Amino acid sequence: MQHIIDSFKDRVRQGRPLRIRGGGTKDWYGQRLDGDVLDTREYTGIVDYEPTELVITARCGTPLAEIEAELAQRGQMLAFEPPHFGAGATLGGAIASGLSGPRRAGSGAVRDFVLGCALLDGKGDVLSFGGQVMKNVAGYDVSRLLAGSLGTLGLLLDVSVKVLPRAPREATLVFDGVAEIDAIRRLNEWAGRPLPISASCWHDGVLMVRLSGANAAVDAAIRSLGGDVMPDCAGFWASVREQHHAFFGGDMPLWRLSVPSTVGAIVLGSPQLIEWGGAQRWLRAPGDAATADRIRATVRAAGGHATLFRGGDKSIGVFQPLAPPIARIHARLKAGFDPAGIFNPGRMY
Amino acid sequence: MIPSIPVDPERRRAVAAALRAVLPARCVLADPEDTRPYECDGLAAYRQLPMVVTLPDDEAQVLAILKVCRDLNVPIVPRGAGTGLSGGAQPLADGVVISTARLNRILRVEPYARTAVVQPGVRNLAISEAAAPFDLYYAPDPSSQIACTIGGNVAENSGGVHCLKYGLTVHNVLRVRVCTIEGDVIELGGDALDAPGLDLLAVFIGSEGMLGIVTEVTVKLVPKPAQAQVIMASFDDVATGGNAVASVIAAGIIPAGLEMMDRTSSRMVEPFVKAGYDLDAAAILLCEADGTALEVAEEIARMTDVLRDAGASAITVSQSEAERLRFWSGRKNAFPAAGRISPDYYCMDGTIPRKQLAHVLARIEEMETTFGLRCANVFHAGDGNMHPLILFDANQPGELDRAEAFGAAILALCVEVGGTITGEHGVGVEKIDSMCVQFGAKELDAFFAVKRAFDPGMLLNPNKAIPTLQRCAELGRMRVTGGALPFSNLPRF
Repeated sequence: MQHIIDSFKDRVRQGRPLRIRGGGTKDWYGQRLDGDVLDTREYTGIVDYEPTELVITARCGTPLAEIEAELAQRGQMLAFEPPHFGAGATLGGAIASGLSGPRRAGSGAVRDFVLGCALLDGKGDVLSFGGQVMKNVAGYDVSRLLAGSLGTLGLLLDVSVKVLPRAPREATLVFDGVAEIDAIRRLNEWAGRPLPISASCWHDGVLMVRLSGANAAVDAAIRSLGGDVMPDCAGFWASVREQHHAFFGGDMPLWRLSVPSTVGAIVLGSPQLIEWGGAQRWLRAPGDAATADRIRATVRAAGGHATLFRGGDKSIGVFQPLAPPIARIHARLKAGFDPAGIFNPGRMY
Repeated sequence: MIPSIPVDPERRRAVAAALRAVLPARCVLADPEDTRPYECDGLAAYRQLPMVVTLPDDEAQVLAILKVCRDLNVPIVPRGAGTGLSGGAQPLADGVVISTARLNRILRVEPYARTAVVQPGVRNLAISEAAAPFDLYYAPDPSSQIACTIGGNVAENSGGVHCLKYGLTVHNVLRVRVCTIEGDVIELGGDALDAPGLDLLAVFIGSEGMLGIVTEVTVKLVPKPAQAQVIMASFDDVATGGNAVASVIAAGIIPAGLEMMDRTSSRMVEPFVKAGYDLDAAAILLCEADGTALEVAEEIARMTDVLRDAGASAITVSQSEAERLRFWSGRKNAFPAAGRISPDYYCMDGTIPRKQLAHVLARIEEMETTFGLRCANVFHAGDGNMHPLILFDANQPGELDRAEAFGAAILALCVEVGGTITGEHGVGVEKIDSMCVQFGAKELDAFFAVKRAFDPGMLLNPNKAIPTLQRCAELGRMRVTGGALPFSNLPRF
């Protein structure tokens, strides 16, 4: 594998802009794509997996599916439930995109599970941060910073991630005829009680809630919450995570609204699908400047931010603009890790 | 011990006058009689009188202090309750301390949103107390939680005995409001589950007061488990105990607490707390389940089976809340008990991959002979964080030096087996030389890049946590000649 790292280093030292790419399943995400493709897929393989340590370390080009299959064999999982968005999604892409799936509100985000990494920076040096242990406060927590950095600070080579056991029991409850504001209220009230809720989805009057936990806990929650028990709902939750659900079909651009879960209905006149107990709301609306201004103003007032997730006109800004002092810190971090601006230039801002 | 540096009286007068021009007089302490209480934190061997101490009442005053310090080029040391064990709040002879003591209000508890908005000087436990009427609490529970502040927890990324299941500070803080050294007020994170751009909140937490001054924190509150029960299991040797921990995890169980003590520790604490520990056992494991009554019963039954199969020589399950607390009392009183049987002790904080436990404990046992000192081991077995307690008597010639060398050797061993020099106490000034063992020049360079992104003038808590390359180079030279890591900056509390 060293020869692959050496070839990556050579590419960096050539000094031309590089566009890091694994399975290419998330090319549509983020701002512009620029530079020559740096394909990570050759740098693949699980380096270390100790189920009893709850840690897996793998190379960035390792297919996510391979990792999930290996974990499933030992009854474990990536608890942030990363979306693949296509065959061939890699671990590096999952970490760098920072996208979490339905389990996020209950279990945590990508960054919550990143324990350590090796990074190839813009000077062509391999740096190592964090480690394979869960508690580690030596030095700044750079590995968590890299989660969601869209490859703008360097190339993630190896990543160590905390894994969790799968729950012994999983069940999904369906509630029909629930108005949007009632769904939001119920989800927030339930989140304040010790219930094993591991995912939620509201769309078009139907509220779905997934329970994962000890047998006794799931049984008790079913009795307490009511609703209809759906026997096998894995397909449904996968359709939400992978955006195969009918809501996500068609050509209308897709917006992601990240808001405080308690915010009531956000009336923007377009269909929505609500996840994460109310904290993540998907919206189908045009991706033009006027719409963006309207959405961003509304969402900012609600204490959140909006991303033009898929489609639309990227020139209007995919991500919510940053406050100037925070943008300045971003620029300095970029200059520190990638002084020549080689990696994924312009992918984030 | 590093010698205390005298404060320059001229400079003190000038800086105090500049601060008093923008702050109420009661917020500025410059008389050594008033600043003496701030000369150290929990790492009490290091004492340094600060030049000036400030006690701002609000964010506007924090900004005013930062401006004065920026204009006069004065370094700043932020300080919470001063309970930190690594000297992160150790003052500077030419520096200003910003104490959060007066920023101590709980601004809001929002049961519906399951959050609390608090000022940095609010005590960790006070948050859970304020949330208790709503059956909610703040999960991270460092053992100093009765005194330590949330601002300090943010600086150190504090853990606790329940962090395997409930996470560290980084997993439980949603937002911080920060005054930057450049005079801006920024918000990292937010009331939503993520914020646009790079995850600056993640890198800010655990940054030991080197990136900004926190003026407000939003924490996540979680539902209080209805019930908890603990299993106390005995093992005839440490390796079997370590394997039993692995078996619990392999069975798909994440216990609410999972702690181990070796025989030296149990014999040390038993006369003190009378917890009823099995004093013949080489290791005792405490394994806690929490949740609803049914959940707890199910998990306790599963864990009991796993521990028995893993070779536990005795198993007792707490039958009442009083008994549960008694089982825990020994573990929680290990540090005071060490102080009772030994004139001095030195608490280490390395983390190791759990599978290395038996190997590491065997090596530590060998080191006891090498260094001629005893060591008691308590261990957050769930997450691999070890707290070896080296027992010594500073009044006996040579014992302190041997304790220092012993400690450095343990930290080097933690790094050697794939672990880290500090799991939850921070680097501060205490472990700054051991950072050179764990990180190379390029990583240290990257840390300084992070530091400069927030603090280009390097005024916030300088010379803590991240050693300069020069310091490591000097250490490296000394290491070659000495044959063992020098560790001149050890505590003696």
